[in-house]
Amino acid sequence: MGGLLLAAAANADAGVYVAQNVAFGIIAALMVFSAFRVVTTDNVVHAAFYLVMVLAGAAAQFILLGAEFIAITQVLVYIGAIVVLFLFGIMLTKAPMSGEEKLSRDNWALGALTSVVLLALLGYVLVDGFGKDKLPADLLPTPTAAISDAIFGGYLIPFEVISLLLLAALIGAIVIARRD
Amino acid sequence: MINGFIHLSYWEVSILRTVGILAAVLLPAGTFVYLFLFKMVSFMQSRLGPMEAGPFGSMQLLAEVGKFLQKEDIVPERADKRLFKFAPYLVVGTVLLVYLAVPFGPDMIFADLPGGVFYILAVSSISSLGVLMAGWSSANKYALIGGLRAAGQLIAYELPMVLAVIGVVIQAGTMNLSGIVAAQASGSIFGLDFFGNPYLLTQFVAFAIFMISVQAELGQTPFDMPIAESELVTGYITEYSGLRFLLFFIGEFASAGAFAAVAATLFLGGWTVPAAWTDLNSNWFNLLGPLIMLTKMMVLAGLIFFVRFTFPRFREDQLQKLAWTVLIPISLVNILATTILKVAF
Repeated sequence: MGGLLLAAAANADAGVYVAQNVAFGIIAALMVFSAFRVVTTDNVVHAAFYLVMVLAGAAAQFILLGAEFIAITQVLVYIGAIVVLFLFGIMLTKAPMSGEEKLSRDNWALGALTSVVLLALLGYVLVDGFGKDKLPADLLPTPTAAISDAIFGGYLIPFEVISLLLLAALIGAIVIARRD
Repeated sequence: MINGFIHLSYWEVSILRTVGILAAVLLPAGTFVYLFLFKMVSFMQSRLGPMEAGPFGSMQLLAEVGKFLQKEDIVPERADKRLFKFAPYLVVGTVLLVYLAVPFGPDMIFADLPGGVFYILAVSSISSLGVLMAGWSSANKYALIGGLRAAGQLIAYELPMVLAVIGVVIQAGTMNLSGIVAAQASGSIFGLDFFGNPYLLTQFVAFAIFMISVQAELGQTPFDMPIAESELVTGYITEYSGLRFLLFFIGEFASAGAFAAVAATLFLGGWTVPAAWTDLNSNWFNLLGPLIMLTKMMVLAGLIFFVRFTFPRFREDQLQKLAWTVLIPISLVNILATTILKVAF
């Protein structure tokens, strides 16, 4: 899949990726539709599966950008672990077969407002920061070695701090879950 | 495309590879069913197994497929129809995705991904989603419990599997599967390069953990609580019939083939023989590679099914305990030892 897109990229002249732009549009439309259904569906299990489609779409967009490692990580962590954990929790507790009337809370309007503001803010920041940038003409997947060099070189301290934070969260979870 | 031997354009190569992947998925899966499920288990139980269809019952599988295709495809009335119908395709599709990155020769690979091992571990984790989908959408309490057990098992055994593979990745110095094959073929153990360095010898702890985890990920017998027929009818496939049941069946054996192929690549040297014997870049390996690979896959699948037909079933809590308190600590120690030895030598 990635190879096909990259071959198309090699053929594209003058740095315009027609195939990539079309694919981006289709995937983005699917993601927007799925994201909308996550919050509007009245069945919590369906919401989780729509969330899978959003996350898979994000992984596909990463592949379009040549960020293969991040795309795979997205699948492994979000789809393979986090959504499975969501579904596990839902099914272990009640697993409703039919939809529920009052799945949405009364203050959904506030949530909608917050996400619109967030969208505007993120959109402005991204357009302001990268609006004129173009992808390089010879877009190749980032080698894994380069990513690990960056993480364990320039970004070593943030990486270690995040590790410690995650460890603290893990210990906290164990402390809360433990009965003694 | 193939070393200046034949010249094909990109789309022609892609079609050839797609056909190749379908063959690589279906042929070993069918062979496993005939050789192990029909014949080996019959031999172990002192009976003949299927003998009527074709010589020594070798056409039995085609007859079985014909039987399943004729059966009615029943969807329970209270089931979630769309998810119920989609789940088997998700499970089979995941297996096809695993084969995408497994090399069967120097050019016999669909996508030579730089992070091939990582990719395989990621897509194989999607199958638990299909199993949960099938279990929940059946609207059957046995199916739901089976789906939950399967997902819990897949989560628990994915960790030791990933940690076992890390040992191999550290020793090879690459996550690319072709690179791991080349590293084993041209490696040496204490200066002896006659056998190359198949990681079965130097990473035997990782190999043992990997094969135990594979057994659990596949839900084969010591770990078959998700479909424990004495407690749960057949777990998450209880409500399935006809073509969709067949798809789950194909998925089970095709993923046995996929994991056998991955284990053969990581631990037995993949599509090649040690570099001391031949030239690795020879075009012959595009022809011989799949055969060598198939032989190694047969040996490993034989191991998987031998264990399946020999051992009784674990209890659910024993299974979880084995993963979290035995396999994960051992694989962590293995990573530590591999790292120290890698730096020392």
